[in-house]
Amino acid sequence: MKTMENENIIELKHVTKVFADDGYKAVSDFNLEVKRGEFVTFLGPSGCGKTTTLRMIAGFDIPSSGEILLNGSPITDLPPYKRPINTVFQRYALFPHMNIHDNIAYGLRQKKTPKDVIDRKVRHVLDLVDLAGFENRRVSTLSGGQQQRIAIARALVNEPEILLLDEPLGALDLKMRQEMQIELKDMHDKLGITFIYVTHDQEEALTMSDKIVVMSEGKVQQIGTPEDIYNEPKNAFVADFIGESNIFNGIMTGKMKARFGGGEFTCVDDVAEGTHITAVVRPEDITLTDPEHGMVRGEVTSVIFKGIHYEITVQSGKNEYVVQSIKNAKVGSTVGMVIEPDGIHIMLAEDHTNIFFADFNEKFRLAYNGKEIPTSVTRIIPGSRRLEDGTLVDAAGETVNPERIRVKIAIRPEDIEMSDDADAGLVEGNIANLIYTGDHYSYVIHTDLEQDFVVNDEYLWNMGDRVSLIMPVDKMTFTYSRK
Amino acid sequence: MKFSRKSLGIPYLVFLVLFVVLPLIVLFWYAFTDGTGHFTVTNFTGFFTDPNALGTLLYSFAIAAVTTAVCLLLAYPTAYFLATSRLKSKSVIVMIFVMPMWINFSLRITALKEVLTVIEGNLAMHPFLNSVIGMTYDFLPFMILPIYTTISRLDGALTEAAMDLGADPRTTFLTVTLPLSVPGIISGVSMVFLPAMTNYVVLDMLYNSTYIMGSLIGSYFAAYNWNGGSMIALILLAIICLFTLLTGDDGEEDAQRGGALL
Repeated sequence: MKTMENENIIELKHVTKVFADDGYKAVSDFNLEVKRGEFVTFLGPSGCGKTTTLRMIAGFDIPSSGEILLNGSPITDLPPYKRPINTVFQRYALFPHMNIHDNIAYGLRQKKTPKDVIDRKVRHVLDLVDLAGFENRRVSTLSGGQQQRIAIARALVNEPEILLLDEPLGALDLKMRQEMQIELKDMHDKLGITFIYVTHDQEEALTMSDKIVVMSEGKVQQIGTPEDIYNEPKNAFVADFIGESNIFNGIMTGKMKARFGGGEFTCVDDVAEGTHITAVVRPEDITLTDPEHGMVRGEVTSVIFKGIHYEITVQSGKNEYVVQSIKNAKVGSTVGMVIEPDGIHIMLAEDHTNIFFADFNEKFRLAYNGKEIPTSVTRIIPGSRRLEDGTLVDAAGETVNPERIRVKIAIRPEDIEMSDDADAGLVEGNIANLIYTGDHYSYVIHTDLEQDFVVNDEYLWNMGDRVSLIMPVDKMTFTYSRK
Repeated sequence: MKFSRKSLGIPYLVFLVLFVVLPLIVLFWYAFTDGTGHFTVTNFTGFFTDPNALGTLLYSFAIAAVTTAVCLLLAYPTAYFLATSRLKSKSVIVMIFVMPMWINFSLRITALKEVLTVIEGNLAMHPFLNSVIGMTYDFLPFMILPIYTTISRLDGALTEAAMDLGADPRTTFLTVTLPLSVPGIISGVSMVFLPAMTNYVVLDMLYNSTYIMGSLIGSYFAAYNWNGGSMIALILLAIICLFTLLTGDDGEEDAQRGGALL
């Protein structure tokens, strides 16, 4: 088949996968174009659908709807053995009953390649992966790293049009992984084969890829070059997943002015005043100064030495900033922070779900604004349980220190109720903005804890009204992370 | 700590000495002596010069071989289907296959006898066939279980890898699944073949009057020829040993090849 240099080698069009046995929607409306010779990475947390998408390209899973085109012709229903695509499996999947030569030769034998050609190609590809002379070794005598190279060799020897790699370095230790990353990248440059790579390791993705597809919950969040994805994340998820970020809910207060994180900042994005936004600030874009010169002030709560820089956590009111600095700071000292306009990335909050953070108090109760939220630790950390001596362990049996757990609470605007009784709700604030949206009013409430909440209500309140926000615990969704 | 753990094995050691080692010594003693207690090899040469005894050996082999082959042919596809299907009630189906083992052995064979009588009329007309049917009925679960276990434990990524490399489903089965299920086949075969050579109760109950190894030994002891009976038992033991060593070797090598898999 004749193909142009810049033609798409593979295209996925509205690909959706719903598993028949449990109705689980693993991938929904996935669209992607991959050019010949590109190194594309599917990046996302486990369960985001990246492996399922790869399996549909390989042919192990058939999409429930949508189309997959290879060189312009549909291969959606083609079985794997009829596709010019080879896979490097997560756990290598080398045939344990064959030696290395037979493992690598397996694909060529299916194509009825003459024996002398097979021998030559096997030798050549073993050279390529730096394991010359391993033909007669048994799989079980090889180390993990060597098995991984054989798995790559077994796929490459078939000269596939596309090489799929499913978290191929996941089982290797850090040093080996970094070496293999460089080698894989070299191989890609040398061979000119299209690579589609799956990983949950953002650093790996940024290092190796020409193009990254960030996925979450079966949906594509953003497609772009590593630089695009890092510098211009399209939404809070991407910002949070790629690199360290400070993410704040906020509101536009004027032309190129935004309020978030306890301060008011000038930014470069022109968004209409009153718009509910998500602001992302990279830790390296925050500069520490003395308190008087800072745009916001805060207390240093922790300092971690990371080799080339310090990672400094600053608590400013209820907002937490992570700052990377080459200068040290003292824990407990008050510092000022400066953020330049181009260090602030403003995104429209795509849904207006309110996000706030709460901690466990000494009684292991979740608390926000000094008030307890009536839920239990075991509900927030699934599978966790209290041992007889009072320690908390998670599903894997590891001890959890509730003081080191940060709980992210999400609640939708329509689930929050406003009251003028100061003690009725979790937190009090003033109405900073209101918009009538047809059947209800959408309010922005600026709370005493310097956070903006969006609340939908059918009744009219006035600008500046002081209200208390009632948030039913059964409408909250909890996620947690370790501090 | 070390001492107390070792001492846990003492009860079995006593059992082993009393019921395995001592009887074996006695067996050897009888096999190589004559009725008056003098050393002799006539029991040994006698077996290999007696055409009746050799015929019994051959007949036992034939019954065991055919039974094993039938069991394998029935069990492999069943086990393969069960292990690779996405059925939700898999364990229930496996249990149904194993359930006949919960019913008393002689009751099971008696029931089978009645069924066969209805079908064939006179059971004595097809003694070999009936014996094979009886033994297959008896031993089938022992063939299904190990094969099922081996195939279920196979890494699904291996068959996917084969398909990914261009092998159609048939080639994938022949070059990956089948070779990797050999350890299960071997353990199934040894659990069927060896008992089938000696289980004369099935033959007796199904009116097959031909001797197999088990009944031959029984007949010697019934005639108070303890020396001859012991020698045949010993020869059978040697055959079984040889068989186990041969297949066991293979199994071990395969386990090694399979690495952590098997």
